[in-house]
Amino acid sequence: MRVLVPGPLRSYTNDAATVTVAGDTLADVVGELDRRYPGIRFRIVDEHGRIRQHIKFFVNGIQARDLSPHLTADDEVMIVCALTGG
Amino acid sequence: MAQAAKKPARRVSLLIATRKGLWQMHGDAARRSWRIAGPQFLGHIVHHCIADPRDGKTMLAAARTGHLGPTIFRSSDRGRSWHEAKQPPAFGETSDRTVDHTFWLTPGHASEPGVWYAGTSPQGLFRSEDGGATWRGVAGFNEHPQRKAWCGGDQDGTPDGPKLHSILIDPRDARHMYIGMSGGGVFESTDAGADWRPLNRGVKADFLPQPDPEYGHDPHCVRLHPMLPDRLYQQNHCGIYRLDRPAERWEDIGATMPKSVGPIGLPMVVHPREPDTVWVFPMDGTSVWPRVSPGGKPAVYRSVNGGKTWQRQAIGLPKSQAWLTVKRQAMTADAGAPVGVYFGTTSGEIWGSRDEGRTWKCHAAHLPEVYAVEAM
Repeated sequence: MRVLVPGPLRSYTNDAATVTVAGDTLADVVGELDRRYPGIRFRIVDEHGRIRQHIKFFVNGIQARDLSPHLTADDEVMIVCALTGG
Repeated sequence: MAQAAKKPARRVSLLIATRKGLWQMHGDAARRSWRIAGPQFLGHIVHHCIADPRDGKTMLAAARTGHLGPTIFRSSDRGRSWHEAKQPPAFGETSDRTVDHTFWLTPGHASEPGVWYAGTSPQGLFRSEDGGATWRGVAGFNEHPQRKAWCGGDQDGTPDGPKLHSILIDPRDARHMYIGMSGGGVFESTDAGADWRPLNRGVKADFLPQPDPEYGHDPHCVRLHPMLPDRLYQQNHCGIYRLDRPAERWEDIGATMPKSVGPIGLPMVVHPREPDTVWVFPMDGTSVWPRVSPGGKPAVYRSVNGGKTWQRQAIGLPKSQAWLTVKRQAMTADAGAPVGVYFGTTSGEIWGSRDEGRTWKCHAAHLPEVYAVEAM
C-alpha cells in the first residue's frame, strides 16, 4: 500500500514523499518501514508500541488511534506530524 | 642558553548543542579568534553532544525533534559525518515509562573503550558497549525497587521533565559511579550500577516537607575532579556543595557567596588540574526562581580554595540589563594553560575566557537557545 511520508521523516526515505510497503496491519506497515529505513519506527512509535504524542496516522483519511487497524493493499496510510512548533 | 622549543598549543573546539541544532566553534592557537561551523541537525533539539577523550574522534549527540522521538547520532570522524544509533535508549516493555529524550552522555572508563552511559528524561540510566550504536537499560537502577521512591513522579522534576544527569565514572575504578537526578538527588554505585544508594546528607531540600531527607534533592550539576576523584562538587537548587570522600556529608560552600548574588545556579565547572578551583554562574533563585543573572549583571564566580571564598569575574561581560541564563550543561573548561572557560546562554550567545575567567569575550551571538557546551 501507499504510505505518505511527512517532511521530517524523509531523511530516512531518501527524500521520498511516498513509499510502497506491504502489511496486514498498521503495526506491520510500521515494522516494514523500519526494516527498510532503520530507526524510523522509534521516531514515531514509542517503546510500548504507542503512537508518539505529536504523530498521527490516517488510513484512507480516517485517523487511527493505535497500530491495530487491519489494512488491505489498496489502503493509503498517511503519517502526519501534528501542527506544533516553536 | 638554547631556548626550549615552544610546545604547540592544542587547538580547542567547542560543541554547541542547541534547541535547534548543533554547531561547532574552532579556536585559533591562542584561543583569541573563533570560527563557527554548522549547523548540523538543524531543527533537532540537541540536548548534549560530547567527544570521546579516549580516542579523540568519536562524538555522540542526543537529539529529538518537537514531533519525532529521541535518538542518538554517532560520529567517528570528529563530527564530519553522523550515523544514527541502531537501538537508542528506551525503557523495556515491562516498564510503564517512555523515554522522552536523552539528556546526558558520558564516555565510559578508560579501560572500557566503546562503553558509554546515557541519562534520560524521565530518569533512566542506559549503557552502550559498542560506541553508542545500541543501548540497554542499566537494570540495577531502572528496575531498582526504590527507583520510584527516589525519582518521584513527573511533578517532582524540572519544568522540562525530570532528568538523570551528571553520570560520573571514578577514573580509578570503572565500577564506581555517581549519578545526579533532578529530582532525586545524588546516588552512588560501587558495583558498576548493579545497586545504588543515596548520597545526599548535608544537602538542603527546602522545597520538601522533611528537614533532612535521604533523597528527593535537586542537584543541578555534579562534578568529580579527574585528578582527585574523591573530590565532588555540586551546584544544587539550594546552594553549592563539596564532598570529600569517604565522607558522607556534603559541605555547604555556597554560604560564602555574596548575599546580593546568592548561591543558586545551574552549571558548575572544575579546573582540569587544580581540585580546589571551580567556577559557577550564579542566577536569581529568589521568589519564582527567575534563573537569570542577579540584577541583570552577569558574572562568573570562581573559587581557588575549594569554596572557602569566591571571586567575582565579570570583566568583559555586560555591566547591566543582561538577563542571562546558562543551563546546567552549557558551561565548560578546556585543558589549556591557562584554562579556557566557556558558557552558552539561552539567548544564543557563546562567551569565552582564555585566562581562567579573569576576562570574557563574546565569541558568537544569535544562535538558538544553548543547551550544552563541551570543549574538545
